[in-house]
Amino acid sequence: MSEPKIIPLHSLSATDTPDVVLRLSDVTYTRRDEKLLDCVSFDIPSDGMTAILGPNGAGKTLTLRVIAGLIAPDSGRIDMADGLKDNMALVFQTPVLLRRSARANLIHALKIARVPRRLRPRQADELLALADLLDLADRPACALSGGEQQRLSIVRALAREPRVLLLDEPTASLDPRSTAAIERLARRTMRLGTKVIFVTHDWAQAKRLASGVIFLHRGQVTEVTRAPQFFDDPQSRAARCYKLGRLIP
Amino acid sequence: MDNGFLDAFRMLARFDPDLVEIILLSIKVSFSAVAVALLLALPFGALLATWPFPGRRALVVLVNALMGLPPVVVGLGLYLLFSHRGALGVLEFLYTPTAMIVAQTVLVFPIAASLSRQVFVDLHAQYDEMLRSLGANKWQILLTVFWEARRSLLTVALAGMGRALSEVGAVMIVGGNIDHVTRVMTTAIALETSKGSLAFAMALGIVLLALSVIVNAAVSFLRTDNGGAVHV
Repeated sequence: MSEPKIIPLHSLSATDTPDVVLRLSDVTYTRRDEKLLDCVSFDIPSDGMTAILGPNGAGKTLTLRVIAGLIAPDSGRIDMADGLKDNMALVFQTPVLLRRSARANLIHALKIARVPRRLRPRQADELLALADLLDLADRPACALSGGEQQRLSIVRALAREPRVLLLDEPTASLDPRSTAAIERLARRTMRLGTKVIFVTHDWAQAKRLASGVIFLHRGQVTEVTRAPQFFDDPQSRAARCYKLGRLIP
Repeated sequence: MDNGFLDAFRMLARFDPDLVEIILLSIKVSFSAVAVALLLALPFGALLATWPFPGRRALVVLVNALMGLPPVVVGLGLYLLFSHRGALGVLEFLYTPTAMIVAQTVLVFPIAASLSRQVFVDLHAQYDEMLRSLGANKWQILLTVFWEARRSLLTVALAGMGRALSEVGAVMIVGGNIDHVTRVMTTAIALETSKGSLAFAMALGIVLLALSVIVNAAVSFLRTDNGGAVHV
């Protein structure tokens, strides 16, 4: 297993870009002679929810993992607001939970976040309540339903009180009820002051949640715009085709 | 033969002192060997699984190959090492239970290291990115993986115990099968059978078989109890 490379991170200048929390400039990632990310550039504002939207294989998850620092790009530059590097949390598409109770999973995350031991049980219960999981606190995490596991993963990520929460297709393969619960939790998280960046291929979900949209197609950014404008009248051909459910040329 | 069986059960029923002494020494030697082997093998397995370094792949192949190490070869090697002219002769380990513990440790170590490495590889792959995304450092990741692996590692320990208890060649060479000193179940069975004392050999065989069944039942129970999530 090779050690991940260190991403060249730079601090955003607060005076130049007061509303931008994250900036990717010409980020490229190539594997087996295929450019999976091709000069990806965009700014992410510090407020609201930003959707990274696009069809399967567009490079959405890869972009999120690059932002999270789990994958180092081959070239390009990533600028972050001061202290953001250690103040982000990522929730994976498939929940990865420890083999212990729901509450113990949260207590472990709080321990990693260096929360004092005496405060952990109370904070764990607060997080469980936020996800409407307090009744299931002592149940083994692996015995929870898919939607409950994903909610638990989200509040576990909140244990370190991140400034930015990254969600990778958090409702993929969930039923409408579980999807609604996850979306409710995402909104609550945003209202608590956390910037939410989520990846989805679900047009309707992006429309319900996002205040800004980044559209990706074949590793390239085709559109970065505010949500109302994007959903009313997408400018790129790829996004227009995607909206109409047509194959993107 | 029938009388031999009856005599064997009678010996077991009355807790024959010689029998009990041999059984206790066997358990003491094997338990100590497994404990020492695990102490060395688990960190080594974790290192092989999680830390990239030059030659790691070759080391993994070597450790896997050593799982089939012939006990008599280990016995011979340690005999040469511990004999008076050997490099470690000054320790005077030869024909002592300590030498037997060392021999069994050498045999159990590759098994424990190889099996635990696989456990750590699987769990590390599963949890590494998630824990990093929560802000965990390498040490915290390692401790978490260790804790999550505890059930599988117990299975590794039991597999090592099975190997140690059933081993005969190495302990025979370095222990010498000396009565009341280094005689353990396997070496006693070999000796008593050659002498024609089948009842004593069979009594020890029954105990050895029972211990083997207990160890395997424990492994089987742990696999079932863990919802099939054991990695060995």
